[in-house]
Amino acid sequence: MIQSAQLSYCYPGGLPLHFPDVDVPQGRVVVLSGPSGCGKSTWLALAAGLVQPASGRLTVAGQALATLSGAAADAWRARTIGFLPQKLHLSAALTVAQNLAMAQWAAGQDQDDARIRQALDALDVAGLAQRRPAQLSGGQAQRVALARAVLLAPQVILADEPTASLDDDAASAAVNLLLQTARQQGATLVIATHDGRVAAAIDATPAGTPGYTALWLSRQATGAAP
Amino acid sequence: MKTMALSWRYLWSRPLGAALNVLLLSLGLASITFLLLLSFQLDKAFDKDLAGIDAVVGAKGSPMQLILCGVFHIDVPPGNVPLKAVEALRANPLVAEVVPLSLGDSFQGFRIVGSSHDYVHHYGATFAQGGLWRAPMEVVLGAAAAKKLGLQLGGTFVGSHGLAGGGHMHGEDPYTVVGILQPTGTVIDRLIVTDTASAWKVHEDRHAGHDEHDEDHAADEVKREVTLALVQYKTPLAAMSFPRWVNTNTVMQAASPALEISRLLSMLGLGTDVLRAFAGVLLLTAGLSVFIALLNAVRERRADLALLRMLGAPPGKIAALLLGEALWLGLVSAVIGVAGGQALTLLIGWMLQLSNSLLIGGWVWPVELLWVPALACVVSLAAAVVPTVEAYRVSVLELLQGR
Repeated sequence: MIQSAQLSYCYPGGLPLHFPDVDVPQGRVVVLSGPSGCGKSTWLALAAGLVQPASGRLTVAGQALATLSGAAADAWRARTIGFLPQKLHLSAALTVAQNLAMAQWAAGQDQDDARIRQALDALDVAGLAQRRPAQLSGGQAQRVALARAVLLAPQVILADEPTASLDDDAASAAVNLLLQTARQQGATLVIATHDGRVAAAIDATPAGTPGYTALWLSRQATGAAP
Repeated sequence: MKTMALSWRYLWSRPLGAALNVLLLSLGLASITFLLLLSFQLDKAFDKDLAGIDAVVGAKGSPMQLILCGVFHIDVPPGNVPLKAVEALRANPLVAEVVPLSLGDSFQGFRIVGSSHDYVHHYGATFAQGGLWRAPMEVVLGAAAAKKLGLQLGGTFVGSHGLAGGGHMHGEDPYTVVGILQPTGTVIDRLIVTDTASAWKVHEDRHAGHDEHDEDHAADEVKREVTLALVQYKTPLAAMSFPRWVNTNTVMQAASPALEISRLLSMLGLGTDVLRAFAGVLLLTAGLSVFIALLNAVRERRADLALLRMLGAPPGKIAALLLGEALWLGLVSAVIGVAGGQALTLLIGWMLQLSNSLLIGGWVWPVELLWVPALACVVSLAAAVVPTVEAYRVSVLELLQGR
């Protein structure tokens, strides 16, 4: 569940960015798009509780983020947000399983090997647990990164440009994987992208799926680029 | 604890850089360990040899020479003093014990010390074999001397005049070994001890041989000399008046070992200061290298660290991860550094033992050695301060925008 009203953010020395209001129920897919510099990253940072809005109200998974800061925000983010970064950022120093363990460490939880195996298994990469990220193919690495994102059963998954630098088949496979994983978790999925293939891939999913909410950020509306 | 395990993995994910930094830090720490051990061992050796000797009385001259010769047996004697004058010291109410020493002869580089049984008792030496001499020309060997000379009980040898060897051989008067001492860790280990009368006998016989006539022994008695005497006070207050009394009222001088040794150490101090400064420079270099390595590590892993923030790690946890890396570097280096310093000290001790000079060596763990890991941690943590602050401030927005 994500709700926002009159949301804006102001970079130091810059003009404020204004974001359109949203109101999506839990489990919904949101496609966040817009031209470069429209504030996609900023919106993600706001939704993850990493930065405080200049004005307006933002509620994510039942938590009003304006009242959350510092350590409380970190703890909330660990519990609530799963994040799939564009460049995946699997640590080369660690094995696949250890990379997942890092998420538990970051959240201040004890290492739970059974849960790690389960998360890898759900994405069909359990066999790669002892490999280093350098030994994985692009697709495998993305599955591992997704397994890390959903390891702590988040209510919201934020995916940043999941289809960038992928060919058409791989892009639609990546989107399907995201949709499928989010549905299994009952998580709200936010895909930040400027890639039109994402929307097309969601539209192409079998009938009966509820579609997505498009959140278009335009540079004109925001006033200034960061 | 988990954080330490993770920082260990991160540290060794760049094995070459980590090993190089460990090496640099270890070199600095090994030098410091070595200096600490050396000064500790020297102090200990000095203390053991000096124990119970409050003053050394001998011929006028350099007091330092008197101490180096009479206590440590590493310098030549300044000259002789009449036995009567030394015996007269016993009458002084401040004096508890007087041990006369006659020096001047040696055997294969080991000094033959003419003295009384008190000398052996003074160092608390116990016998490995045999016992004390009962007549002149019987000797007791220190542990190191016995081992090096390969002499057994009942073995005989002829001393030579002078301390360097190659002097006149006292061929008519061979010494007989009657006792071999256990190692004591003091100067007596590398001495050959005999009765004071042995020295007189050796030299009077020689003169008698030259002069071809036998004067009565009473005349000899008057002329008899010793080299110096070790004096123990009855009260510490004697240190105030006894040396002055000796210096003004007798033909002899009194030297205070404690005073002369502190003078000697302050002269050596310049050397150890230079070494210490050198070790300091090494450590500083190592600290800078660790600083650069950690800073690079933070910059390389900026995105990884930002991702950890995104996954919910508070900034303090990210900082702890980096400090953990620095701490590991310090601890590993401390272990290697202490081991290296100990090995170097053992090597020096082994080399010094070969040349029969000061007794250094053995496996000691003075409390001061705790400074080494402490210093290692301080240096590595200090080097980590700036990189840690940088890691603490890592911005997740940059990660999101960095495309």
